[in-house]
Amino acid sequence: MGDLLNAFAVAGKSALGFQAVFFALLAIGLNVHFGYTGLLNFGQIAFAMLGGFGIAISVSQWGLNFWVGVLVGIVATVVLALLLGLPTLRLRADYLAIATIATAEGLRLLFRSVSASEVTGGTRGLSAFNGDFVSLAPWDTGQRYSVLGTRWSGGELWVALVGWLLVALLCLLVWLLMRSPWGRVLKAIREDEDAVRALGKNVYLYKMQSLVLGGVIGGLGGMVYVIGTGAANPDQFQNANTFLAYAVLILGGAARVLGPVVGAIILLFVIQFADTGLRALINNGVIPEGLLSATDVAQIRFVLVGLGLMLLLVFRPQGIFGDRREVMLDAR
Amino acid sequence: MRHPSATTGRPGPHRSAIRPGPGGVVRGVLLRLLLLLVAATGLALLVPGIASAEGETIVGTLQTSRSGPIEGIEVTVATADGDEVDSVETDEEGKFAVEVPGAGQYTVSIDADSLPEGVVITGEDSRTVTVDAGRRQPVQFGLNDGSQGSGSGNIQAIQLLVDGLRFGLLIAISAVGLSLIFGTTGLTNFAHGELVTIGALFAWWVNTGLGVPLLPAAIIAMIGGAAFGALNELGLWRPLRRRGTGLVAALVVSIGLSLLLRYLIQILYGGGSNPYQGLGTSRAVDYGLFRLTNQSLVSIVISVVVLVLVAVMLQRTKIGKAMRAVADNRDLAASSGINVNRVILVVWMMGGALAALGGVLLGLSDQVRWDMGFQLLLLMFAGVTLGGLGTAYGALVGSVIVGVFVQMSTLVIPNDVKYVGGLLLLIVILVIRPQGILGSRARIG
Repeated sequence: MGDLLNAFAVAGKSALGFQAVFFALLAIGLNVHFGYTGLLNFGQIAFAMLGGFGIAISVSQWGLNFWVGVLVGIVATVVLALLLGLPTLRLRADYLAIATIATAEGLRLLFRSVSASEVTGGTRGLSAFNGDFVSLAPWDTGQRYSVLGTRWSGGELWVALVGWLLVALLCLLVWLLMRSPWGRVLKAIREDEDAVRALGKNVYLYKMQSLVLGGVIGGLGGMVYVIGTGAANPDQFQNANTFLAYAVLILGGAARVLGPVVGAIILLFVIQFADTGLRALINNGVIPEGLLSATDVAQIRFVLVGLGLMLLLVFRPQGIFGDRREVMLDAR
Repeated sequence: MRHPSATTGRPGPHRSAIRPGPGGVVRGVLLRLLLLLVAATGLALLVPGIASAEGETIVGTLQTSRSGPIEGIEVTVATADGDEVDSVETDEEGKFAVEVPGAGQYTVSIDADSLPEGVVITGEDSRTVTVDAGRRQPVQFGLNDGSQGSGSGNIQAIQLLVDGLRFGLLIAISAVGLSLIFGTTGLTNFAHGELVTIGALFAWWVNTGLGVPLLPAAIIAMIGGAAFGALNELGLWRPLRRRGTGLVAALVVSIGLSLLLRYLIQILYGGGSNPYQGLGTSRAVDYGLFRLTNQSLVSIVISVVVLVLVAVMLQRTKIGKAMRAVADNRDLAASSGINVNRVILVVWMMGGALAALGGVLLGLSDQVRWDMGFQLLLLMFAGVTLGGLGTAYGALVGSVIVGVFVQMSTLVIPNDVKYVGGLLLLIVILVIRPQGILGSRARIG
């Protein structure tokens, strides 16, 4: 019983912590891409990596101010979106999917390579760049605080608080944008690109703007993540995370402003609960060691996410909040 | 320039190390480097997975191309303060492993005087390494067997070309199914890499678990791969098509399937990499302009034979013609009396069997790993896109070009970023000729 309560508490912490903010932001960006515009971006994690490393490299390697680092990260994501969109946005959805996933994997391999390690720290990554941000916290970040039965460090609380504020602001922004004429054009592109073109709109330009906007939001997610962990390592940005973000988006409901937020909280709660619960069961001997060892549990989350993605898309593509008519998954 | 020497190190800019010398027999150095790359990538992929499970160990191999593995060299490990931790001798494979009491800095030194005749250490005879918690930390020593300094750039280019051909043919074998599945059903199957992994793993299990030689094991794995492909089609994709699931939704489903299978495989198989058994010598044979291990030669021959058979089948047999007809225009094929569902089932079985064979060939050169298929998937996509999505011959031509390009690119870029070159090629193709070499304009939308 105590284990169960503990699993609840740990899962709750994970669902409210900066990891949830990270996936919520990734998914909000994907919502702009996929939910509203119908762009199949499978390289969202690359935007997050550039955002995170924008700060890390600027501060740790170039000795710049933290906020300049944030700016560098944003500029880097914009540049990536432009470079990626230029060749691929004219093509069909699956080409964009292949190109984006290839870019994300290629960038990660490049960042972790020996030749890049002078700038990116290679497989060791970079650290000690979030001091300026953490010192802004109005409370003592060295102390630990008890929230809902779990211990949070002051720094974690501060990053999570700022992160959720950022999520709220961006949700507001997305909401405002999507009810503006600009947002209606995006949704129209999702439904019927040719019709929009016939109305004299420059579809390519709108898609590009959508790609940049969603990419920057994903980049902000990466910043929250590296600030939260205090280190930036290329291997934190595995492309499986992009698919986790898709699971978050589709679970919450694509093309809904709050879908990604609800999805992130629920999904992180579920996978952390499964994680902690399984570990407890293994430690108590309920699950024999031969069947599943404690080290395997870390992989269970991806198995769950994969299964969840398949079941959701087959049985409930609109997720919790979505509108089935609006989730036109056959859009370009 | 150093000659290939102590390995199991981090993948580095080993360009100098892959230049073969004229005399002596060069082992499949390139293959080994590729393997190192894959293995080292994997180590980092598993971050919380296996890393925390083991104690800290320092490992390494002492060998050169001419002398082979060097046995009986004393390796001493000391802490940063100079206290000796342990002293071991290398085994018959030239390998050593020393368990250390915890994370931290250690000095590893070898006894230079006990090295065999003609082999000298280039550089220091001791190395300082930092061992992270729970890691096996590789350490390498530069050894020179006197065969250095005479490989010319041309020879190296030919060597890389031959190896690129082997790699490209392997990609082609795996990718034919991917392209035909796309052509016949419109599905962009992101779970195709897992077909490759499962084939390699199945063969590995039959090979090492049941003690069957690799050739029959590979054939059994191909049958298993065909069965798994059929299971995919009958258990998942045919019902989904019947429900009218859209292509983009199906694409995301295939990603879910890929994640599910890949991490399930990691749980069942573990994060390590294992070789096949009973392969015989892995020494390279000198063919004048290039050197090739017998395994690589067999790999190339099998690839060519199988691909020719596939081409003949597509060109001459009834089912092959039906496949091309369905890929070209599904409705027209259906209305001219072709049983489309049966054709698609055969495509899946063929794709599964070929992917399994590709997996075995990849496992032969790079060992068997849980994520080997996913690593290959992006290169398969690059090959298929280059050749033209949906065409069988396009997949063939494109894959070979990608394989050669990836290997040849190590002439100018470091070895550990060579896949990046392949992925860059993919994006360049999309800019210049998105329909690929053999694709038709109408397909790209």
